[in-house]
Amino acid sequence: MESFRTRVTPWLLLLPAMVLLVTFTHWPALATVWDSFFSTAKKARPSHFIGIENYRSMVQDDVFWQALWNNVIYAVGTIPLSIALAIAMALWVNSHLVGRGFLRLAYFTPTVLPMIAVANIWLFFYTPQYGLLEQITQVLGLPSHNWLGDKSTVLGALIVVAIWKEAGFFMIFYLAALQQIPPTLAEAAALEGASRWQYFRRVLFPLLMPTTLFVLINALINSVRMVDHIFVMTRGGPDSASTLLLYYIYQVGFSFLDTGYAAALTVVVLAVLGLVAFFQLRFLERRTHYQ
Amino acid sequence: METASTAFRPAPASRALETAGAWLLGLLWILPLAYAVWTAFHPSAYSTRFEIGAPLTLQNFVNAWNAAPFARYFLNTTLLVTMVLAAQLVLGTLAAYALARFEFPGRDLVFGLILLQLMVMPDVLIVENYRTMNALGLRDTIVAIGLPYFASAFGIFLLRQTFKTVPRELDDAARVEGASALQVLMKVYVPLGRPVYLAYALVSVSYHWNNFLWPLIVTNSVETRPLTVGLQVFSSSDQGVDWSIITAATLMTSAPLLVGFLLFQRQFVQSFMRAGIR
Repeated sequence: MESFRTRVTPWLLLLPAMVLLVTFTHWPALATVWDSFFSTAKKARPSHFIGIENYRSMVQDDVFWQALWNNVIYAVGTIPLSIALAIAMALWVNSHLVGRGFLRLAYFTPTVLPMIAVANIWLFFYTPQYGLLEQITQVLGLPSHNWLGDKSTVLGALIVVAIWKEAGFFMIFYLAALQQIPPTLAEAAALEGASRWQYFRRVLFPLLMPTTLFVLINALINSVRMVDHIFVMTRGGPDSASTLLLYYIYQVGFSFLDTGYAAALTVVVLAVLGLVAFFQLRFLERRTHYQ
Repeated sequence: METASTAFRPAPASRALETAGAWLLGLLWILPLAYAVWTAFHPSAYSTRFEIGAPLTLQNFVNAWNAAPFARYFLNTTLLVTMVLAAQLVLGTLAAYALARFEFPGRDLVFGLILLQLMVMPDVLIVENYRTMNALGLRDTIVAIGLPYFASAFGIFLLRQTFKTVPRELDDAARVEGASALQVLMKVYVPLGRPVYLAYALVSVSYHWNNFLWPLIVTNSVETRPLTVGLQVFSSSDQGVDWSIITAATLMTSAPLLVGFLLFQRQFVQSFMRAGIR
């Protein structure tokens, strides 16, 4: 009786969490794949199997390719810069600079603010004619520019917001890592006659590698997930120039009500996340030397 | 906290340069917020005119508060984050205990399945989860906003790591005295995990206070909408709402988190740090 009890206990402890995880993560992930092979139910015709038809229309859908490409640019534009800024911020906040308390506060504040709220502020910032950016460019005598209304600048404008929101968040992880590096290392390097830059390149940066990989994974996931500001600032426009994959899924699934096609699009996002997971298992676990 | 190295004291000139760079970045980073504060606390005539003597006003906040059911939105968000946090803590504690201190076949597989949620977040499974909520008859309820997040892989992972550091002798001693598994959990593990619970709570509350896409999809009435969705509905209604009022509403919705952050800055930063170190 006792042994039966000890055998059942862990499963009972896990049961509530597992039921919810299966219902809202594993099941929907599999159901998405399944549903992507079916048509969207209409009044006249209920949902039926259509094979790879949704994927065939995806290949021919210019907006899909645009959204995918935009997402690549969004990731490439956001990730390296926010990581570099995060490292700089962490080094500064961790050093003896004047007012580092204020600096830490300033860098980190965007992280705690709701994206949907700060997007309103940024929208005003970018607004033509009377937005803050326009005021500055006017003073400098530069021509007026509609940053969010121009296809060539809108994605860049969103990338700036994403970097601003993320860099302080990533700083925290670097700060945590820096505080675990023994100061004797710097003293030894200084004794050896290393310059500050050499110390950073040869000692600090390699030691921060596990953190960088961890942050990188988070940044990759965020570049798929972080779309809130699009709702406020551009709604994917002009002409889909700022549509990212998750925003497009929302549009297709909940504005155009084409759930079959939205499922197929979600499969693409799941595949991308799967690639990130594979990358993590392959490289992160191997090179991280702490648990 | 004084771990910064003194070995590389840069020359005064380069040090000044670096301080300037750090401050420039800091000011840039705080600029949008400072700008919002200026606009919200001044009459709209001054929203882009930065004069020292500009009159201060709270009228924008009053107008915003009266223009949309923000009181209800605050209530909804408060209910949401409380409910989500409570569920996450209870479910996470139970699951983490099972994973940390029990040997059973399939444990690693179960742990792997749980960690999968770190990659495949409910945030991207909006189409299917909406369908599920419809089937459960939960669409447009506060429970529906929170339900997909009740079981949190991140929380389970964090607590499992914490529970693994608890010395087994404490566990065994309590058991010898006849305590059941649940009693051991409540008397030994939970009290020792307190800093981690606090860290997790701050991260969870700020995440769900700010969450937008899923609540936008699953709610469509004033009675269920959280602040983020309420703010979006309010600021996108094309009635020529003026910027000062939108900015006031924006600050209002962020205020509790912002004030909490300013008051408990150190705890916040350390919580995010603790949550980030694996």
